[in-house]
Amino acid sequence: MTDRKSIWVSIEHTDGRIADVSLELTGKARDLADQLGYEVVGLVCGYEVDELAWEVIRHGADRVLLADHPELAHYRTLPYARIAITEARKRRPEIFLVGGTPNGRDFAPRVASALRCGLTADCTELQIGDYHVRREGRTYKDLLYQIRPAFGGNLVATIVNPNTRPQMATVREGVMRMPAADPSRMGVVEPVTSEFEPGDFALEVLSREVRHSTVRLKDAPVIVSGGAGISDADEFALLRELANLLGGEVGASRAAVDAGMIGREYQVGQTGTTVRPRLYIAAGISGAVQHRAGMDESSKIIAINTDPNAPIFQIAHYRVVGDAAEVLPMIIKAVRERAIDGRAAE
Amino acid sequence: MTDSRPIDSVVLVKQVPDTHHITGDAMTRDGTMNRSALPAIFNPEDLNALEMAVQIRERHGGTVSVITMGPPKAANILRESLWRGADRVVLLTDRRFAGADTLATSVVLQKAVEKIGRYDLILAGRQAIDGDTAQVGPQTAEKLGIPQITYAESILEIAGGRITARRALDSGSEIVRCQMPCLLTVVGSANMPRPPSVRRQIAGKLAATPGEYAAIRKQWPEFETDGALEEHLTAHDLRIPVWTADDIGVTADSIGLAGSPTQVHKVNFVILESTESKTIQPTPEAIAAMVAELVHEYIVG
Repeated sequence: MTDRKSIWVSIEHTDGRIADVSLELTGKARDLADQLGYEVVGLVCGYEVDELAWEVIRHGADRVLLADHPELAHYRTLPYARIAITEARKRRPEIFLVGGTPNGRDFAPRVASALRCGLTADCTELQIGDYHVRREGRTYKDLLYQIRPAFGGNLVATIVNPNTRPQMATVREGVMRMPAADPSRMGVVEPVTSEFEPGDFALEVLSREVRHSTVRLKDAPVIVSGGAGISDADEFALLRELANLLGGEVGASRAAVDAGMIGREYQVGQTGTTVRPRLYIAAGISGAVQHRAGMDESSKIIAINTDPNAPIFQIAHYRVVGDAAEVLPMIIKAVRERAIDGRAAE
Repeated sequence: MTDSRPIDSVVLVKQVPDTHHITGDAMTRDGTMNRSALPAIFNPEDLNALEMAVQIRERHGGTVSVITMGPPKAANILRESLWRGADRVVLLTDRRFAGADTLATSVVLQKAVEKIGRYDLILAGRQAIDGDTAQVGPQTAEKLGIPQITYAESILEIAGGRITARRALDSGSEIVRCQMPCLLTVVGSANMPRPPSVRRQIAGKLAATPGEYAAIRKQWPEFETDGALEEHLTAHDLRIPVWTADDIGVTADSIGLAGSPTQVHKVNFVILESTESKTIQPTPEAIAAMVAELVHEYIVG
């Protein structure tokens, strides 16, 4: 154990593979720790998972706390939370980051409640900064700025936890960039003992079905997304046709998902997937900040909307004011003709 | 095999601004919120939690209690809960609750559930649409010292003091068996909440908190005094009780703004970065030119 201040990252894993979001957060923790002179600590709970600990170190951690126990083989709220709560009370991390997966969102509030500390969900940015409280006449130094859209996405709020530790935040997969692994990076793997209480095993997992998502929005070079302005399945089929033609994927805004046009795994945005494709086509998407937060780093953005004042136009490179049902076939036709011309020129 | 023992449920619900149908009117020019432009609704997944509780009662017997923390007008969703099948409802309202983050909210809910007393299950929507945090359920479970099943989609069995449920996760699903009492957070795909029953609406149209008596008496002048109205409501189980911080025994420093570890440092009205952009006419020629440009820049093709 050291007295160095630390930033912790909860490492989620399934079938011997670390979730991307955990490594992305390890990379972000490294950046923040370097600004502050802190240590990055990965918390790994599992069974026979010491190889995962080294992978966390290669992605930027200085230390891994490894709780290795048969009861920890699969995620369960209470045993996993028990380890985190016990170790956090002992070692007092400054910051604790958790992936915004279903199980991360199950785990983080349980831990935050026990530690009586603040927790901010689905942050889209994390920074270090000071917080001045006029009525106390004091400035809190080096707090974690937990930045997230708020209130239907019309506002972006910066949340701080001045008085409680750790400062906890969850972040969705793809929001932070995946750091490159450094095979020569050194670190310490420190086993921690698992002391459970009988109540920790009140829940048993009877069966588990892992579905490996075939949707790889995060890596798609082109994404053609539809929103509330796509009124029926026929129009949605146009998105698919164009996406296939461009070698990309279909995406959707929350409105389209809520309307049942497409599954939630296709949702782009703060509470869906964050994407950075070469080309993003937003068809009938007005562009609430939660959606923009998930796609505004796309290299090129084409927005198609009937409302000339739709916020999506303010970040678009190409603004097409018109009905997606009419404009999409024009794009499809133009792409097809280019493809034919291209072949003819060869 | 099912338990013959009745199951008592407590459902945690929230009234939320309808952020899914936000319009331009919701923001004023100076960047402040025009709250009146946003209708207040029953948080959608809390309706799924209520429906699940009502189905459990239909199968196993028992009771369904619904509680909410909110301003006085949150009584609206409690009335709706009665119409949708709740046996009893409680409004937790107090100026000192205001400004609560998820942790401070869970303190109030914990104490209110403890005041209700006996329960087998606590159900809540997975998350509320005004914050999407999904935190209050697990935080309340932790404070009550009971296990949790988040992302619950269906209940497979309740037997022998244990509940078997299916969790719907992005990456698949899990079937878990958990000792009761425990807390479930329910996802939107769990069921189709039944509409409020007309019979219950007629029977329960007068359901009110004491703070609403004046308004009710204006509409129904036959109740000449608050006392007369209260007697009628109590006799028909339509009096919605209101619990304050004192009623549930929470200390001022653990609730509301004072009990919230998270603080809002600043709020920025979203200012969009201006991008170098072109307006493309929705004509085949202009679209073809745009595609040609994208091919030229190796964006497509």
